Amino acid sequence: MLLSGAEIVIETLKLEGADTVFGYPGGAALPLYDALYGSSIRHILTRHEQGAAHAADGYARVSGKAGVCFSTSGPGATNLVTGIATANMDSSPLVCITCQVTWELLGKDSFQEADVIGITAPITKHNFIVKDIDELAKTIKKAFFIASTGRPGPVVVDVPKDILIKKTEFKAPEPFASLCGYEPKYKGKTTAVTAIAKALSAAKRPLLFLGGGVVIAGAQKEALALAQKINIPVICTLMGMTAFPTNHPQHLGMAGMHGSYAANMAITECDLLVGCGVRFDDRVTGSTADFASKARIAHLDIDPAEINKNVETHFKAVGDLSWSLPLLIENTHPGKIEPWWQQIRLWQQEHPLSFDTKSKEIKPQEVLVELDKLVKGEAVLVTDVGQHQMWTAQYCTMTKPRHFITSGGLGTMGFGLPAAIGAQIACPEEEVWLITGDGSIMMNCQEMATAAELKLPIRVAILNNRGLGMVRQWQRFFYNTHYSSSRHEPDMDFANLAKAFGCTGIRVDEKKDLPAALVKARSIKGPVIIDIRVDNDEDVMPMVAPGQALAKMIE
Amino acid sequence: MRHVLSVLVENRAGVLARVAGMFSRRGYNIESLAVGTTDKKDISRMTIVVEGDDRVVEQVIKQLHKLIEVLKVSNITNEEYVGRELVLFKVMADPTQRAEIMQIVDIFRAHIVDLNKKTLMVEATGDDKKLRAIEEALSPFGIIEVVRTGKIAMVRGQKSHLE
Repeated sequence: MLLSGAEIVIETLKLEGADTVFGYPGGAALPLYDALYGSSIRHILTRHEQGAAHAADGYARVSGKAGVCFSTSGPGATNLVTGIATANMDSSPLVCITCQVTWELLGKDSFQEADVIGITAPITKHNFIVKDIDELAKTIKKAFFIASTGRPGPVVVDVPKDILIKKTEFKAPEPFASLCGYEPKYKGKTTAVTAIAKALSAAKRPLLFLGGGVVIAGAQKEALALAQKINIPVICTLMGMTAFPTNHPQHLGMAGMHGSYAANMAITECDLLVGCGVRFDDRVTGSTADFASKARIAHLDIDPAEINKNVETHFKAVGDLSWSLPLLIENTHPGKIEPWWQQIRLWQQEHPLSFDTKSKEIKPQEVLVELDKLVKGEAVLVTDVGQHQMWTAQYCTMTKPRHFITSGGLGTMGFGLPAAIGAQIACPEEEVWLITGDGSIMMNCQEMATAAELKLPIRVAILNNRGLGMVRQWQRFFYNTHYSSSRHEPDMDFANLAKAFGCTGIRVDEKKDLPAALVKARSIKGPVIIDIRVDNDEDVMPMVAPGQALAKMIE
Repeated sequence: MRHVLSVLVENRAGVLARVAGMFSRRGYNIESLAVGTTDKKDISRMTIVVEGDDRVVEQVIKQLHKLIEVLKVSNITNEEYVGRELVLFKVMADPTQRAEIMQIVDIFRAHIVDLNKKTLMVEATGDDKKLRAIEEALSPFGIIEVVRTGKIAMVRGQKSHLE
């Protein structure tokens, strides 16, 4: 069958099972959008390419399938960059088809030309530029393969406009199990796992440390089974919050800069730390010299480059967690760790999470406690970046994998709203909440129009503290309370902004109105934006100053 | 410590940029990098000399492996290998000094490849030690320019790294 390059892109996407694409058209992309016209693929027109990248990312994180986005050349492609980098840091599978100027114009600083391959090389798992139309289908197939196998990540395919227009005989690309320089390995050395099992059975103060890798591997059941078999205390990273039910009695909470007291003390005092699908990021370790300094560290991960990258490990097991965790369960036996649990219970009793519940103003934590009462761990919770993100991780119950979507690695403000749109499209039956701040929402608020157009029932709770809460917190702690450029003036009326975009807007000023507003938001069919006026001086507690030892928590 | 990595990569535009970019963004120091085709037309070999302790080199090798177009990475530092570099020196030399310089060039089995009234050009190949020695021997005359290829290396014995 003679097809144009653009038609080949569409046909190959269908063969890969991609039914939804997020994107934004433009000059170089016109042939692609023409092929899209009338095809069975659903295209979501975001209002900014950055929104398309985050929405595809949100879609991928909730569904586990690669998210797809389209952009035009030049600025269209460069607008994807923040979204690609966000997906890369959090190992989210993304296939971005960026259209490029024609081969004839390439390299001549032509209109809307940008070196997309050069720009995206450091922030992708891999990228391609298509030179030959007969390589196009195979290249897109490779892109899906690389994006969604092994440790997932974003892949960019840059397609010049002339390749989109040219015609060739289309043949469905042959399936493959590996590429010349890329062969994901899921099974590692059994002896590596049994060595960890032996150490774990003998440990007096063991600690299980779960990260986003557990969620990606779909190994929550295995993590739970392991924890229950040996009654080991469990802590999670921000990305791993849905790796283990937060309401489970063995869960000590999140670890790191805003982790719970018990979790951080457990890291400091444990004698064996078993990290699964974690990458020992600086926000989790604090000072690496003091991190788990009394412990031997075991590291289980699919990416060999993560072993010994940030902290030195004593045991390593490279492989997929759904391979290694069952082996670990089989070979580990419960040890005598009662004194360890007594110590941990004491930390928990003496240093629980707390905030002032009697304040006249609405405390931001209170919003999350109220929301948690309503959704009971069933909803997909999406966040932006900042204080609200930490409070969501601290105060919301999370029981279902892939139900907490947040930009952990890159910390991208503006991620939330488009990611929530992608999440809602991936799972139309689920209740999706975005918890955001007045700083973050402004970074991609144009996507309210996308949500309104699609009548997506996403609920957006803006914890509005009239400025940049986390920046102000650091300014209070470390910069003599100099509020340099961290206040938003004049006051922003988000309920009216929402209405202007075609969403429902609700404003909450009084504490007494909060529960009813949340209940009302749940009953509305389309997108709802709730502007909640919260105390603007609240700190996220506890806190470990950057680069400090985890035991040195400010409470 | 200095490590010598022999890296097989796909022979394709942009691979060098990808490898070099990975080194610079992760803060690894490349001392030299030489690249050329192999007897297989779709495969190139890079010989990379990198400075760092064992932990750094472990990371460098793992990060190289993560690049899709990198096919094989061998750390040959502790293997029996032949390492060579080609260097061109432009040396100040008036006619009265030529004889002395030619003697030095002979001792090091180097060659004079260009000559004019004031300077001459010396081509030398060898390992680090030999090239350092010839540079020291020539420097009293005044070296005005040095161009080096970077080290290439091949492991001794029957086995081919391409297999």
